[in-house]
Amino acid sequence: MVQVTSRPDETVEGAGPVTGPSPAPDAAGLGRARAAGFLVPSMVLILLFLVVPAAWTIYLGVTNYRLTGLAAANPEVVGLENYTRALSDERFRNSLVLTLQFVLGSAVIGQACLGFAIAYALRDRRGPLRRVVEAFILLAWILPSSVVAFLWIALLDRDAGTLNALLGMPGMAWLLDYPMLSIIIFNTWRGTAFSMMLYAAALENVPRSHLETARLAGASTGQQLRDVVFPRIRGHVLTNLLLISLWTFNDFSPFLITAGGPEQRSEILAVYVYKVALSGGELGFGAAISFIMLLINLVIALIYLRMLGRRKERA
Amino acid sequence: MAAITLRELTKVYPNGVRALDALDLEIADGEFFALLGPSGCGKTTLLRTIAGLELSSGGSVRIGDRDVTSLPPGQRDVAMVFQDYALFPHMTVRDNIAYPLRIKKVGKADRQDKAARTADELGLSALLDRRPGQLSGGQQQRVALARAMACHPQVFLLDEPLSNLDARLRLEARTFLKRLQRELGVTTVFVTHDQAEALALADRIAVMEGGRIRQVGTPTEVFRRPANTFVAGFIGSTPMNLVPARVRGDELAVAAVRLPVPEDVRGELTDGEQVVYGVRPEYLDYSPEPASGALTGQVVVVENLGSFSLVSLDVPAEEPDAGATTSVQVVVPEGREPEPGDTGWVTPRPGRSLIYRDGELIGSTAEAAVPAPRTGVGADA
Repeated sequence: MVQVTSRPDETVEGAGPVTGPSPAPDAAGLGRARAAGFLVPSMVLILLFLVVPAAWTIYLGVTNYRLTGLAAANPEVVGLENYTRALSDERFRNSLVLTLQFVLGSAVIGQACLGFAIAYALRDRRGPLRRVVEAFILLAWILPSSVVAFLWIALLDRDAGTLNALLGMPGMAWLLDYPMLSIIIFNTWRGTAFSMMLYAAALENVPRSHLETARLAGASTGQQLRDVVFPRIRGHVLTNLLLISLWTFNDFSPFLITAGGPEQRSEILAVYVYKVALSGGELGFGAAISFIMLLINLVIALIYLRMLGRRKERA
Repeated sequence: MAAITLRELTKVYPNGVRALDALDLEIADGEFFALLGPSGCGKTTLLRTIAGLELSSGGSVRIGDRDVTSLPPGQRDVAMVFQDYALFPHMTVRDNIAYPLRIKKVGKADRQDKAARTADELGLSALLDRRPGQLSGGQQQRVALARAMACHPQVFLLDEPLSNLDARLRLEARTFLKRLQRELGVTTVFVTHDQAEALALADRIAVMEGGRIRQVGTPTEVFRRPANTFVAGFIGSTPMNLVPARVRGDELAVAAVRLPVPEDVRGELTDGEQVVYGVRPEYLDYSPEPASGALTGQVVVVENLGSFSLVSLDVPAEEPDAGATTSVQVVVPEGREPEPGDTGWVTPRPGRSLIYRDGELIGSTAEAAVPAPRTGVGADA
């Protein structure tokens, strides 16, 4: 490799007088050493804050490391015990199912579908209506989680909640009776902006003449979506689903509303790990679950990337 | 097959732009009809209004004996070929051609058979399983035409059909298109900004400006007798010479010479009247020797256009601009070009001169002339 890449250097030098201090063949004229110099700071940061903790997590996952007690001072390697324990743990499996519900309900169905519907409805609109709608949806997205969580608690509260006041049904405990539904709707509301913006940009790429050709053939809106719009924005749809699935899978903000309760009925994996590792102090076990989550994320990403890749082959 | 009848057709956009201004037009059954005009004249809007992609603000559109003014595009029985061809990139050529049939719920075997036969007519059989991205521009255009033909519409609408092809292919496609239209005999309306394309292809041409039609006629009529100075300046690869002139009895004072008034308009001019004298560069003869009844001036520019050259002369202007000069262009066959700086004489051929008063042709057939549009209107969609 080194030989191959350094050969142009030599030919440039040998070819004739080179003005300036940089005889490098690359586009920016940096040369390997300086190019590497530019890379070093970010590489160090990535190594320090991403690679090392990840490796450390994998290591912790095979130990019985705890926050307190004997194991905190002298953690012992326990092999795959944490993993077998997690996989046979009822609470973990419950949590996994809830997480999948959360991802499917709030990301794939909620954010992606609602985001597309809004983007499609607004696609030809200009002016105040569009700007106001976009502003409100964006606002939900850019507000800090803690603020948003407080707003939702205020909305859904049993005694003084805005929703109960609006519906005229005081005493309805939304967060206790429908905890999963509450956080799914909350996360849909919160994250739709991203899908909407991504789809709005994608729809700009659908040529008008294609839609009009379909209209002239007599195609209904559904047929236009099927035959013209979706084939055109397939890549955008998959990318969007990939991103929001991963974000939702790892999302922690539902904890701020339901804290995983009541009785672990909204305890998604991110919340479960937090409770086990930090509240329960079982860092080794938590690390193992974190690593399982990482693997699940990888699987999700691979599935989407496979679908994207197949699209490129077909095109 | 059907005629198209437009009555008082008006399109005003929400921003107040009046793209079509109470337009009346009849396009005969089986006719190859061109909408010609500069960009922003409303020709594309007119085509899209016939298609139903734009809803008119007033007036009516009839196709055959049906009033389609408020019908959606899918029910008008028209097919349109867009400038970019609008082929669906994820479908094969076969599926693209069969697409309108699929929407009309024709069975799969039937529509594939129909697509294959249509493709065969256009010489696309070998390409049926390709995707549009693997085709050349000319092939893509033929696929778009095949898709339009496959469901046998009453009317074809073509938006700038040749503008996306390179120059050599354009000539080929032009001939192909004209022959195809002849053979199919389907009423066809196409939009173009290229006057040569309109002259070459169309049975009749409507020249548009500012949302109105300035002249409708056969290519010969529009070329030989432009109804007004706008059409005169727009039609022809070299624009018509339009020189200010004044009527002096039986003669016209043009560029410091006296020319006889053309016979057909002799009775319609009054002495002393200010008019515009129009003659095409092709209908002027250049001579390096003095000639009687010739405009004379100094050669300023010589543009070589292959088998002929376009020579511009500065001739003295008539009052009230006495002392100034005005430019006259003349076509000179190859081998006889003058040099810039030479003095030359140009003689109009008899029967080819036109007289315009207030921008309108005098002695023109009355129905061809349409008054000038209000200024500041019109936009191409």
